Amino acid sequence: MVSVKVIVTLKPGVLDPQGKTVRNALESLGFKGLADLRIGKIMEIKMNGVPPEEARLQVEEMCKKLLVNPVIEDYRYEMQEV
Amino acid sequence: MRFGVVLFPGSNCEMDCQYVLEEVFSEEADLLWHKEEKISGYDAIVLPGGFSYGDYLRTGAIARFSPIMKAVEGFANEGGLVLGICNGFQILCEANLLPGALMRNRSLHFICKHVTIRVEDEKTAFTNACSPGQILHIPINHNEGCYYADQKTLRELRERGQVLFRYCGPNGEVSETSNPNGSVENIAGIVNRAGNVMGMMPHPERACERILGSEDGRRIFSSVIRRWKGED
Repeated sequence: MVSVKVIVTLKPGVLDPQGKTVRNALESLGFKGLADLRIGKIMEIKMNGVPPEEARLQVEEMCKKLLVNPVIEDYRYEMQEV
Repeated sequence: MRFGVVLFPGSNCEMDCQYVLEEVFSEEADLLWHKEEKISGYDAIVLPGGFSYGDYLRTGAIARFSPIMKAVEGFANEGGLVLGICNGFQILCEANLLPGALMRNRSLHFICKHVTIRVEDEKTAFTNACSPGQILHIPINHNEGCYYADQKTLRELRERGQVLFRYCGPNGEVSETSNPNGSVENIAGIVNRAGNVMGMMPHPERACERILGSEDGRRIFSSVIRRWKGED
């Protein structure tokens, strides 16, 4: 089985009000030195009976087609055989 | 004139659109289930507001792959008039029929209230019943209405006159204080380059009768009807 973790982040420069609010909350809890905090998403995908190279191609396709909006988001992924 | 109003799972403004087109304008309006693969005999298509597919992943991201969307794309490419309202606007952006994206409101709050928007171009298929710079009172009702586009896209939108509406104050002033959701340059509605596909976050179908507080939304639908009849 191939296990894939797709990490989707907001592009630099795209406003992240949620990240900003969380950062303010951490500061009000007394955490110091926070330069930035941005919130993204992780999608865990498990694939059966797909060779790793094929899985890689499929994940790329999934990201381009549906999982990521290239106008506002970047992505990367980690893949491992389990 | 015959309108098709697309019903996605999770749409919730389709009946308001149908009601307005039939009862206020005496035009035909059919609901089209999103599984339809063909749309024929329609003069304009409306993608209504709501929460298609529960807004999962991103607003409009899944609806844009509904079978009917291929037909909507074909209809748009042939010059057919398409109106995306709220979730419909989000779907059109996800489908790349309109540039940019709609993101979470800057305040992180769901906003449901009447706003004022300024007509930025009154010569289009969707605004020709408005006067230049007219201020319209139309409600918004969204959590993801913050329009975003990169600088290059924004410049193109400005240069080609594709910005149709901007959130404004009571006297038409466009400022940060009149921006309800953080949209770049107060953008509330845009049209594609060809001028036949429009998306707007405010709900004109909720402002077509005096009893609802405003009739300004009528201008949008009358514009489309006038354009179709060649009266504009």
